[in-house]
Amino acid sequence: MARNGHAADKGEVAANVPFVFQHYSRDELLDVLYKMYVIRRFEEGAENSYMRGLIHGTMHLSIGQEAVATGAIMTLQENDQIMSNHRGHGHCVAFGADVNRMFAEFFGKVTGYCKGRGGSMHIADFKSGNLGANGIVGGGIPIAVGAAFAVKSKKEEKVVLCFFGDGANNEGAFHEAVNMAALWKLPIVFLCENNGYGLSVSVARASSVPNISDRAKGYGIPGVTVDGNCVSDVAEAVSEAVERARSGEGPSIVECKTYRHRGHSKSDRNRYRTKEEIDDWIKNRDPIDRFEMELKQHGFGSDEVFEELRQRASATIDGAIEFAKNSESPSIADVSQYVYTEQAQ
Amino acid sequence: MTQEARELSYAIAIREAMGLAMEADPTVFLMGEDVGVYGGAFQVSGDLIDRFGPERVIETPIAELGGAGLCVGAAMNGMKPIFEIQFSDFATLALDQIVNQAAKARFMLGGEVSVPLVVRMPAGSGTGAAAQHSQSLEAWFAHVPGLKVVQPSTPYEAKGMLLAALEDPDPVMVFEHKLLYKMVGEVPEGYYTVPLDKAKVVREGKDLTIVASSIMVHKALEAAEKLTEEGLDIEVIDLRIARPMDKQTIIESVKKTSRLMCVHEAVKTLGIGAEISAMICESEAFDYLDAPIVRLGGTENPIPYNPELEKASVPQVPGIIEAARDLAKGVR
Repeated sequence: MARNGHAADKGEVAANVPFVFQHYSRDELLDVLYKMYVIRRFEEGAENSYMRGLIHGTMHLSIGQEAVATGAIMTLQENDQIMSNHRGHGHCVAFGADVNRMFAEFFGKVTGYCKGRGGSMHIADFKSGNLGANGIVGGGIPIAVGAAFAVKSKKEEKVVLCFFGDGANNEGAFHEAVNMAALWKLPIVFLCENNGYGLSVSVARASSVPNISDRAKGYGIPGVTVDGNCVSDVAEAVSEAVERARSGEGPSIVECKTYRHRGHSKSDRNRYRTKEEIDDWIKNRDPIDRFEMELKQHGFGSDEVFEELRQRASATIDGAIEFAKNSESPSIADVSQYVYTEQAQ
Repeated sequence: MTQEARELSYAIAIREAMGLAMEADPTVFLMGEDVGVYGGAFQVSGDLIDRFGPERVIETPIAELGGAGLCVGAAMNGMKPIFEIQFSDFATLALDQIVNQAAKARFMLGGEVSVPLVVRMPAGSGTGAAAQHSQSLEAWFAHVPGLKVVQPSTPYEAKGMLLAALEDPDPVMVFEHKLLYKMVGEVPEGYYTVPLDKAKVVREGKDLTIVASSIMVHKALEAAEKLTEEGLDIEVIDLRIARPMDKQTIIESVKKTSRLMCVHEAVKTLGIGAEISAMICESEAFDYLDAPIVRLGGTENPIPYNPELEKASVPQVPGIIEAARDLAKGVR
């Protein structure tokens, strides 16, 4: 069973029909759109809470990248796992996280996913298979490979989907981890969310190859680059990579080219990119606008349907912020809790 | 289970512990560079590859960071990895995974996950391997909440502490002194553990307490024996665990002897001896002190290649004797 329900059986379809419209039902695809709305509202709510002084610290917003998280995760099955990264709110939402607990974590409350100890960069939910975000660029990649190693050792059917950014592909951890995953044919998919910049440095100025997926040749594994703002293209490429991983053929690199509308983090003044560039991505290449248009084209939705989903997403986020505000803060006396595992004496 | 003791080397005692753990628990595996057919750089893994096969005794590429990270992820996903780093110096290549990931995962994630990872590393000088293969870095790791740091000093401790580390739900860093690998000592057959929170009084005495770690335990014992000829009765404590430190055993000893000396191979400045000294000064044992605390540690330089310089860079028995005599007789 796919995370968003059964793949639709549509029989014969025209070859030019995008992948997701061939394989997923109207309800499943509207649920994907709903999750995109929730991600965007979540990020906007987080930004707004920060500006109003309700949240401290920093955060990395994924506005503009919603098609990557949702398109990739919709291809997974129930027991599959994900490894997220510092720009991970969208991954969590797409994977079905409870936005109340996510916001509570932002607010540093005990009802948060990490009981207020982790904040924006460390949301995880092991029970559901979300192995967590990570504050170290590339830090999660070897861990994801280890998770896949455990899956293979225990002869489970799971696949691990490992998100990382274009910045992380230049870390040594990436090379060491991908080499081992390829060497041992581990059930993992390396999903590069290429948003064009590692903080301020563009991919062209940081990577020796035009596409991050070109790195795949060096490990003898498949690598593909797709339009990361197109849900269907992302889902199609990831689906193929997931099947390959599940059937024991090993890992692949799927590069999804996208763009973050906001700065790297809250301190970013956007000196390294032009207003024209940012506006072009916002106005002409927004992944949500695009998916709405495609849904309409295929008769899967209308402005009224979309508006209803938007309203529902907004209400969900408003409720999550209220939940977070009203939750309890951790006790200062418990500051050293969770450093070690509590053991029965 | 038989508990009859035999004479085994420190290296074979460690191998026996790994074998027992792998027999008892299918989730335990050993991973590291050259741990397979080669038997490990110091022949610790030996024939484990023949007994457990390449799926559980896994030779990694030369990739300490990736290997450590792989073990962290496997540990989070229900496995119990033993990661052998060929020399403890190379742990510096894996620091992100040990310090930022393994040590902090449970805390950052609000108790959501444990990382039952054991990292085994040959440490220390004395093999002529020079500055990048001879360090004692345990204090670095002992400074990190979330890690446990142990330094077995005998074959008995090596086996029992490794089995305890494998039972522990949290990451444990095991520093094995490479000069101890060939040391022979009594080791019970079968399964037993040495608790990871207790120092051990290895020689009782009333005139002076020496707290030593790893190979320095043996040097301190040798010094203590020699000083009996001068009528000195020295207590020697094997620290065994740098984090969590067993403060009480040291405090009780200092209250009895009123004199404290710390001996470790790692560089003296900001070392574990400094922590022990400060801990005693903050404790009720401070009022019992009859003399300033003395610390012996590595000199303030990387380990040199030349054998005489190498020896001079870490505490040796004559230096311990001299310092202990002065401290016990009130020269200092």
